[in-house]
Amino acid sequence: MGVDILKRFKRAWLIIPLALFLMYLTSNPVHADQDLKKFLVPPPPFTPGIFPCSQCHKDMPVNRKPRRLEMMHQEINLRHMPGGWCFDCHNPDDRDRLRLANGTLIPFEESYNLCGQCHGTILREWKAGLHGKRTGYWNGEKQYLLCVHCHWPHEPAFKPLTPMPPPVRPSDIR
Amino acid sequence: MSKRNPLSLEIDRRTLLKALSLGLAGTALPLDRSDASFWEAFLQKHFREMNEEEIRSVIKRLESEYREKYRKGIEISNEKAIPGVLFGYGLDLSRCIGCRRCVYACVEENNQSLDPQIHWITVLRFKKGDKWVDLENSEKYYNPPQVPEKDYFYMPVQCQQCENPPCVKACPTQATWKEPDGIVVIDYNWCIGCRYCMAACPYGARRFNWGEPKRPPERLNPKTHYLGNRPRYRGVVEKCTFCIQRTRKGRYPACVEACPVGARKFGNLLDPESEIRYAIQHKRVFRLKEDLNTYPKFYYFFAYGR
Repeated sequence: MGVDILKRFKRAWLIIPLALFLMYLTSNPVHADQDLKKFLVPPPPFTPGIFPCSQCHKDMPVNRKPRRLEMMHQEINLRHMPGGWCFDCHNPDDRDRLRLANGTLIPFEESYNLCGQCHGTILREWKAGLHGKRTGYWNGEKQYLLCVHCHWPHEPAFKPLTPMPPPVRPSDIR
Repeated sequence: MSKRNPLSLEIDRRTLLKALSLGLAGTALPLDRSDASFWEAFLQKHFREMNEEEIRSVIKRLESEYREKYRKGIEISNEKAIPGVLFGYGLDLSRCIGCRRCVYACVEENNQSLDPQIHWITVLRFKKGDKWVDLENSEKYYNPPQVPEKDYFYMPVQCQQCENPPCVKACPTQATWKEPDGIVVIDYNWCIGCRYCMAACPYGARRFNWGEPKRPPERLNPKTHYLGNRPRYRGVVEKCTFCIQRTRKGRYPACVEACPVGARKFGNLLDPESEIRYAIQHKRVFRLKEDLNTYPKFYYFFAYGR
């Protein structure tokens, strides 16, 4: 009888570290370094007056059904990924934060981690300073931009621009 | 048969030549100009042969000249190269949309002449699938309502800041040289306007002031560098200096900060953590006309396929 209990304990000793290790692995599966480095970014480009979202959403019942919006946000024509819906990124219970696929809530200022869930290679290059615009100092503090400063998240393709005038042709000089 | 002097003056050959040469010298040098500034400019030494004090006095003279000309205070810096820095530039051709924002940001930062128009950056347009390294036959006057255009791609060209610069070798007065941080600079007070450097440059990056450069004082950037964006004269050559007045203070060049798509990258080639080193290490980079052994420090690359 006593020997049986000892044997069981032995098995338990094996299981506990294994369980702890698994918990560690699953706790932060997206990017292990995301909490280590903060990037200097300007505030997110909200439509004036729209944030915090809770000012309207606080007392509203949550309707999780994908549908055509009629009261508000009609201008959003979601063309990001087929079958996408608000709650893929927005958090239904606390609208002032975004939600990663693993349930982690993040502020809008760190939305790059949300985008990086699918666009991982781009996030890697953004962190290295290759993707996107940098201003500030090449040997010091670098100002980053959030993904959403250039790519409107609901329709992220970069919008065409009007070019500045071409140079004067030699034949037009008088 | 002896030739008779029409004035019947007996002047020997030597006296005549003496008088003529003195007379000519007198017309060439306006002795009546009493301002010290003219003679100081005339006797200015080569920039790299001057000591700190001499450079300071030259800068003081230039600042007062500019103040008189533009009725505006202009600050001329003489910031030295930062030790351990070699500047490099990266341009992502897969992202450039040909909007020319960089061209005009450069004009405003570096005080180029508005009329006659001078641009340090030329954006070339190529049709996808066509022969495109043929720069001479590219389109630079494209002007569609919107960019990017379908089936076209764009390639901005400016001074490539060669490690082995042909322009420097061509200059007969050593008015252009390579600085320790790799920037090829021009002393506008030593340039005689022969344009040999322009003929020597394989990238067409140098520009000549054919006329008196015109720029209204209110659009003059007062933060300048002696070897960079200080106002130029008629008859001198100018070109991109990687915004020497900004980059030597740690800032990014104006074109990098203006690019709306973030196609332009800048940094220290000797720093393994820099953006430009990341690009060289992880992307397929190329340099323009590498076969000429000019070793440009301007790297083009394609960050992604499209």
